[in-house]
This record gives sequence, structure tokens and C-alpha cells, in this order.
Amino acid sequence: MQPVTRIHSRTAVLADENIDTDRIIPARFLTTTTREGLGRLCFHDWRYQADGSDNPAFPLNQPQARGCAILVAGRNFGCGSSREHAPWALLDYGIQAVLCSEIADIFRNNALKNGLLAIMVSEAEHRWLLEHPGIELSIDVRGEFIELPDGGHVAFQLEPFARHCLLNGVDQLGYLLQHADAIRVFEARTGETA
Amino acid sequence: MSTRTLFEKIWDAHVVVAESADTPAILYVDLHLVHEVTSPQAFSELRERGLKLRRPDRMLATLDHSTPTLPAGSDGERPYANDEARAQVTKLETNCREFGVALHGWDSADRGIVHVIGPELGATQPGMTIVCGDSHTSTHGAFGALAFGIGTTEVGHVMATQCLLQRKPKTLAIHVDGQLPKGVGAKDLILHIIGQIGVDGGTGHVIEYRGPAIAALSMEERMTVCNMSIEAGARAGLIAPDETTFAWLKGRPQAPQGAAWDAALARWRQLPSDAGALYDREVRIDAGKVKPTVTYGTHPGMAIAMDAPVPAARNAQERRALDYMHSEAGKPMQGTPVDVVFVGSCTNSRLSDLREAAGVLRGRRIADGVRMLVVPGSEAVRRDAEREGLHEVFIAAGAEWRVPGCSMCIAMNGDLAQPGQLVVSTSNRNFEGRQGKGARTVLASPATAAASALAGRIADPREYLVEVAA
Repeated sequence: MQPVTRIHSRTAVLADENIDTDRIIPARFLTTTTREGLGRLCFHDWRYQADGSDNPAFPLNQPQARGCAILVAGRNFGCGSSREHAPWALLDYGIQAVLCSEIADIFRNNALKNGLLAIMVSEAEHRWLLEHPGIELSIDVRGEFIELPDGGHVAFQLEPFARHCLLNGVDQLGYLLQHADAIRVFEARTGETA
Repeated sequence: MSTRTLFEKIWDAHVVVAESADTPAILYVDLHLVHEVTSPQAFSELRERGLKLRRPDRMLATLDHSTPTLPAGSDGERPYANDEARAQVTKLETNCREFGVALHGWDSADRGIVHVIGPELGATQPGMTIVCGDSHTSTHGAFGALAFGIGTTEVGHVMATQCLLQRKPKTLAIHVDGQLPKGVGAKDLILHIIGQIGVDGGTGHVIEYRGPAIAALSMEERMTVCNMSIEAGARAGLIAPDETTFAWLKGRPQAPQGAAWDAALARWRQLPSDAGALYDREVRIDAGKVKPTVTYGTHPGMAIAMDAPVPAARNAQERRALDYMHSEAGKPMQGTPVDVVFVGSCTNSRLSDLREAAGVLRGRRIADGVRMLVVPGSEAVRRDAEREGLHEVFIAAGAEWRVPGCSMCIAMNGDLAQPGQLVVSTSNRNFEGRQGKGARTVLASPATAAASALAGRIADPREYLVEVAA
């Protein structure tokens, strides 16, 4: 994973609550066996009309939302299935951060493991962000704050290890493999030997 | 030693490296379930890095999501939805051969939905940690196992190290007092619970379902309840193992035998939460108040008794949900015209579910214009159902009897509803488009699904059960 230290972008807003992973990427596209190229399928059934053209009612199709890397989404974003195809699709589509008052556990975990910043802010700050689409934000991972256009700061907290991995591009599998001795000891102690 | 909950006992027993402020715990995984959809990228990662599986003996793989539920043709060809689906299944077959994983594939007498066959084989056992790249892994919590869904990156972690990096979740006790009324089942109960606590009511928590109404449930019913824990956002759902659990497991192929069984039983009896153990949150539910329950919106938290009025939308997206479903505030869901009925999925595809549906259908015909699919959860369920003649009840009623798989629950194998069609489904998710683009899903019990197929409208199964009794 490449280090992620700071993201600067305008925001796009999807205000719906409970945007589930089926909406982020419909299940019929999960027959892929790779991680690549899922951006064109992101929000597929919301984003396109039946004839394949862009749905003008989909907020991210608005001209001012194009190119935005920070998504402000309604509460409980990413609920539902554990498909990691959801963060893969969002990243490939160009989203680098999701800001929300509450993010579903599995999605948040999957997102952070792929360098997609899944960040929870307070309800009041969330409401304010939902009401102000298109503002320029800087997300500082090291300082754990979001810088607003007026210079104000909104603090957030990342799980410390996830933050460490983001900042340093740490490979979590590599970290686990370094603990092979502890795993062997555990297996010997519990009779879990192959 | 201080009192501990069931969850804490399982957690403590699997900590390889304790968590600190800076680092999560390293948690050992006893059983890793694998299917074709969420594993190929993880196998690729291992291959690219030159890594082996640490414990292939702790893996159980099967084909369920992308698989057709119509049988192979006379030429042996299976009617896959498309070439990608076929390629994905082939990929798991070759990955399992290359990496030495036992695959319950097309030629296996045990193939089926991963969350149905794990328990059937006795691979799922109390006190275990169980993971799968699938959110409905929570099903296995019915046995008092800590079981949860993970993403594909973590599937790779478990493959290579048999471990996961985990922060300890919080605990939520849901006490279910009283007794479920006659004709009301586990599916009604869990839909009612999610309707009460909300679609994010369990986020960050492991739920333990407790109380007399839970203790009275069969293992199949407990699996239905734990299965839908994720629909309340919970990491996992647990039920303490008891005599019902032990009787169900005894003699299953992968369950301990002989002296090992006695030793396991002694261990398992220590698992239930200690008296006075504390939970981070507690909720009480009165089972006596649960009625046949259905969903009226586009997430499982939008659930009510089928005879209760649909609540008015409180915001724009609830309005959007009601519009999508054509649900009308103030009117009950009961009586809504039905196009398709689906009995199946890891929530409700076990033998008892099929018996429940067949009990309503026996000797009757489904309404004209209704399409009904019955998809058993596994080859074992299919065999048992056919031995009892349940398939004949379904076929005589006008339903389609299929080959095991996830089918219309996730609708990625070609089994799907058309835009605008209303599906009464025994599955677990009523998200927009979940059962086909534009399809409208109403979640319900197998009995309600069957009654609705007969009536052509959402119907109370108790009306049909009364007739049978009379």
C-alpha cells in the first residue's frame, strides 16, 4: 500500500443514509477475479440510466461533483455485505476519503486496508458537511484533522494502527508474518498443530 | 477470576498477541470458510508473494454464490449466468487444487451454501473462532462460536498466518423474554429485533442473544437469528451452547468422537456467560409481542408486523424507500400483491425451513401469475427433503425445486426478479436491486412466504395453519 498522508479536494455529497455495499457495487458484478477496473461499476444502478447514459439525478454526476476525491455520505455508509469490491470500486472511481458520522464496521475496516480514508466525525460536523457540498477540504492523516476553507479544524480519530499503516504504507500481512514465532507458540500451547 | 461473557471467553482463548494502544490483537482463527466470490484475489496475492497456506486443514471451501440452481444439461454443461461466473467457479477449483484445500465442489455430496454446510458437517463447533469473506458468517454464532465476516485482504491474512488483526468489539446483550406465539418463528423474531434496534443498532458490538425465548429455539432457528446479526450492523451474533447444541452436533462427520467428544463437551459447558457478567449494552425484547413480521422499506431495519400500518416517512430517504417499494404509509403490508416468492438463502434454506413452507403449501396451489422458487441450502438438505417428499409438495403446488446455492438472495447467478416485481423472500437483505435491478424485496419467514404464494398477496400464515388443524 502507498502511504496516505494528506488528501486535498472539494467534497461531493451523497446524503442518503444506509448506503449499502450493493448500491456501491451491485452483486452481479462480483464475478470478477481481480481487483482492478471496478470504478466504471461504482454506484452502477444509481449512476446510469437504463440506456447506459448518465443519470442526471445521481448527485455525483453533477458537473460540480466531478473529480471530487472526498465523499460526504449519509450515516451508516457501507452497511451490508463484506465485499471488498466496494472500496476497490470507490478508489478506482476516484474517491479517496469518505466522511460520515457512522460507517459500517466491515466496510470501514476494508477501506482503511486499501488506503481509502473512512473517517467518522461528530453528528454536528457531519450535518454541516452534508449541508455544504463542494467545499475545499484538506484531510491530514498525521494530525488527525480536517482543515476547513476558513482555516478551522475538525478533529477525527483513526484506529492508531490503521493510521500508522496509512502514514507509512505498512503492509499488514507483512506485519502479521513477523509474528510467526508467536503464532507457533500459540499453536503449540493450544494443540493447534497441523 | 472476574466474571466473563461468552464472547470474552472465546476472545481470550484466541489471543496470540494482546492488543495495545498502538496495535490491535492478533487473533487466531480456528475455521476459515471459503467461497468463489471473495477468495480469488487473496489466492492471487499469496501466489504473487510466494506464500503458502498456513493451515489448509483449517479451511473448508465450497461453491455457492455464482453457481446455477438449474441442473446440468444432458451434455453435463451447467447453465451459468455468464462466462465470468463459470470462470470464477473454475478459478476456485484450480486454486483449491494448487493450494491443497478441501473443496466441496460440484462432485461433492456435501456442497451447499457455506453457512449451511459448515454446521451440517460438524465443522462449526462451540468456542471456535470462524471467519469467511462473507458477512453472514455470523450464522455460526448459533453454536456459541465467534464468527464474523471479513474482507478479501483479511482472507489473505488468514490464509497466510491463520490470524487476524482485531480490536476487541463491545458486547450487546439482547434478552428475549417470554415465548413466541404459535405460528410465529425465528425469522419473525429477528426481523422484529432489527426493527427495534435499527439497521445500525449493533455497530461495533458482538450481540449475545439470551433468555427463555432463545433457549427454546432449535439449532436451525438459532442460525436464522444469528445469521441476521449483521443486518443490525453487529460484528457477530452469539447464542450460548446448551444441550440443544450438543445433541445437534453429536455424531456429525467433523465433530469430535469418543473420548474427544467427552472432553469437548466438558470444555463447551464452561462457555456460557458467567452469572453477573457485564455487557456494554443491554436490550430487552418481549417474544410474546412478536407477530408475523415483514419489511416495508429498503433495509432490514424497516420491519413491522404485517398487519401494522407502514410508518410515515421521517425524511427524504425513507420517502425514497417507500416510493421504491410502492409501500403506502398508514396501510399494512398484508394484502400487497406478490409476483415472486423465494424460499432459500443461508437465513432460511435448512430442512426445517422447507418443512415450514411445505406445511403451508401441502395440498394447495400457488396463485396464478406467482412464480415461486424453492432452493435448498445444501445437497444434504436436498436429499433429506426429497426423502420426505417435500419436493413433491412444492412441485405439486406449482413451485420450482432447484439445486442448492445462494440463488435469488444475492441474484448473481441469473436467478433474479424483473424490475418492479415484488418478491416475498426468506433471505436477509431487502436493499434496492438486491434481487435484480428494480426488484422490490419483502423479507419474511418461510411460512409467510408460502402463504403469500398461495394468496398471491402478502398473507398471514396462521390462517392456513388453522385450516389444516381444523
